[in-house]
Amino acid sequence: MQPGADSILQFGDSIMLLLNNSHYAAIRAHGEETYPHESCGVLLGVFQDDARRVHEVVPCGNTRQDRPEDRYHIDPRELVRIQRRGRDRGLDIVGFYHSHPDHPARWSQTDLAEAHWIGCSYVITSVEQGKAAQTNSFLLTGSGEEDKRFVDEKIRLEPAEKASEQYGLGAR
Amino acid sequence: MKILIPTPLRQYADKKDAVEVKAGTVGDALRQLTTTHPELRRHLYTEDGKLRAFVNVYLNDEDIRYLQKENTPVRESDTVSIVPSIAGGGGIE
Repeated sequence: MQPGADSILQFGDSIMLLLNNSHYAAIRAHGEETYPHESCGVLLGVFQDDARRVHEVVPCGNTRQDRPEDRYHIDPRELVRIQRRGRDRGLDIVGFYHSHPDHPARWSQTDLAEAHWIGCSYVITSVEQGKAAQTNSFLLTGSGEEDKRFVDEKIRLEPAEKASEQYGLGAR
Repeated sequence: MKILIPTPLRQYADKKDAVEVKAGTVGDALRQLTTTHPELRRHLYTEDGKLRAFVNVYLNDEDIRYLQKENTPVRESDTVSIVPSIAGGGGIE
């Protein structure tokens, strides 16, 4: 797999994050709630070809109390519990979200260095003066730590009914 | 006992999200996993054989770092979860 322009040509329009309006609103609202600190959370859902379909947004705590204005970390203990709950319902961890208080909704070098869930979506919301502004999503791709990179992915908002139709093991 | 494989590592474990092994310790379980799926080894371990810093291993709800690390005994009904870290942040680098 070649880095750079070829990655965009390879992925194109089929890579996307599918979620409904209330998921989208919940992600953005969490960023407003925690402002001026970063919010963070998990996206439970299913993998569907090149897309990730969100079924549930799970807000998490930020353990980076030393510098929560521009750093986040989710306690792995929370992840284990969220993953277990997801598995019980046929859902997977398909991505994560966090906010950037008064900072653009683009991944930083820190975001990339600390990203390890290749194949998952990383959603970032810029929260400007306490109001959610832009929400963007990035797919972490690559074969491992040496060549991991983020590619832009579309966010597609869908009606709430569509998510519940796909609910459960059948969606896999 | 079951080992849960996180999304980023499934491409190296025949796309499985869980693997069943019979083992006495967490270390045994991970060794069996990387014997069956050798490609996993470099993603879990450094060159000197230590678990990579961002790879958290949980026995049920406990981080093995606070138990007996890879010597932690396991039972048939236990679940080992491999959980890569989630962290990041914007702002000044």
